[in-house]
Amino acid sequence: MRAAVVTFPGSNGDRDLARAFELATGRPCARVWHGERELPLADVVGLPGGFSYGDYLRCGAIAARSPIMAAVRGFAEAGGRVLGICNGFQALVKSGWLPGPPEDSQRATLTRNLSNRFECRWVWLEPNPHSPCVFTRGLTARITCPVAHGEGRFVPRDETVLASLLERQQIALTYTTQDGSAPDYPANPNGSTADIAGICNESGNVFGLMPHPEDHIVPEQHPRRTRGERGNLGLALFERGISYAAQV
Amino acid sequence: MRVRVEVSLKPGVLDPAAETIHRSLAHLGFEDVRAVTQTRVFDLDIDRARGEDALAEARAMAEKLLANPVIETWRVELVE
Repeated sequence: MRAAVVTFPGSNGDRDLARAFELATGRPCARVWHGERELPLADVVGLPGGFSYGDYLRCGAIAARSPIMAAVRGFAEAGGRVLGICNGFQALVKSGWLPGPPEDSQRATLTRNLSNRFECRWVWLEPNPHSPCVFTRGLTARITCPVAHGEGRFVPRDETVLASLLERQQIALTYTTQDGSAPDYPANPNGSTADIAGICNESGNVFGLMPHPEDHIVPEQHPRRTRGERGNLGLALFERGISYAAQV
Repeated sequence: MRVRVEVSLKPGVLDPAAETIHRSLAHLGFEDVRAVTQTRVFDLDIDRARGEDALAEARAMAEKLLANPVIETWRVELVE
């Protein structure tokens, strides 16, 4: 299995994302500049976190219209797996691919956190066992990893969009707490509707999330490792996405 | 032709930044402010001879890039 990670001007999570894919695939991860019009041969494409285009206009809005995105779209339409993290998620939402379908313009947005602050903290994520998302399929354990964003609040266009996401099990990850209680702030760090942390498209091959699973791929990254806490790695998402690709 | 595009949040959409500004104004002693909303203004100098053409271009720009159709609304006008 091979992965490729796109770099936009201002992306800063591209190397960490590539490292996570390399750990999961055991192969080098290709790096693609946003100005390219073609993707290298790959089974999964990652759109990384960062501040593409300085977050000018709206986070991810300009990245969504970058030259490489036409190739990423073709790749996704052919069934390729696409993973958008944080700024990458914003780009996928602003291009209309999440929640999709892209022909229906933009059905949701990611906007400024309810706290009006840049939220930089570790969170807990609950996977949805019924979601078709290839990155979370079969995942039962919670994941813990950092968020670092100012515009992460997921807002659907209206109630019918939210109902459709619930019905089609497109909400792949929700914010939760370590003991599974209701995720008030800061467990839900941005006020996302329905505690949505990550969603997939209807067929489950395109997945976007605001948290950074690529920042918890080895146990040494756990903030309480010196107190003996380990586990619930974000690496699980990458391994799932790769293993599913291998089965097809 | 010069066109002004104004983009703001749809009514009813929470704007934490505007709320913060509202509170700050109160702290400064401006306590009679009922509400604060923010609008972004884009002034476009478009290479079109006719006003209607420039407005049509600006509307397309607003729809395709300048405004977020989910939570923002916009208006355009020619500027003298």
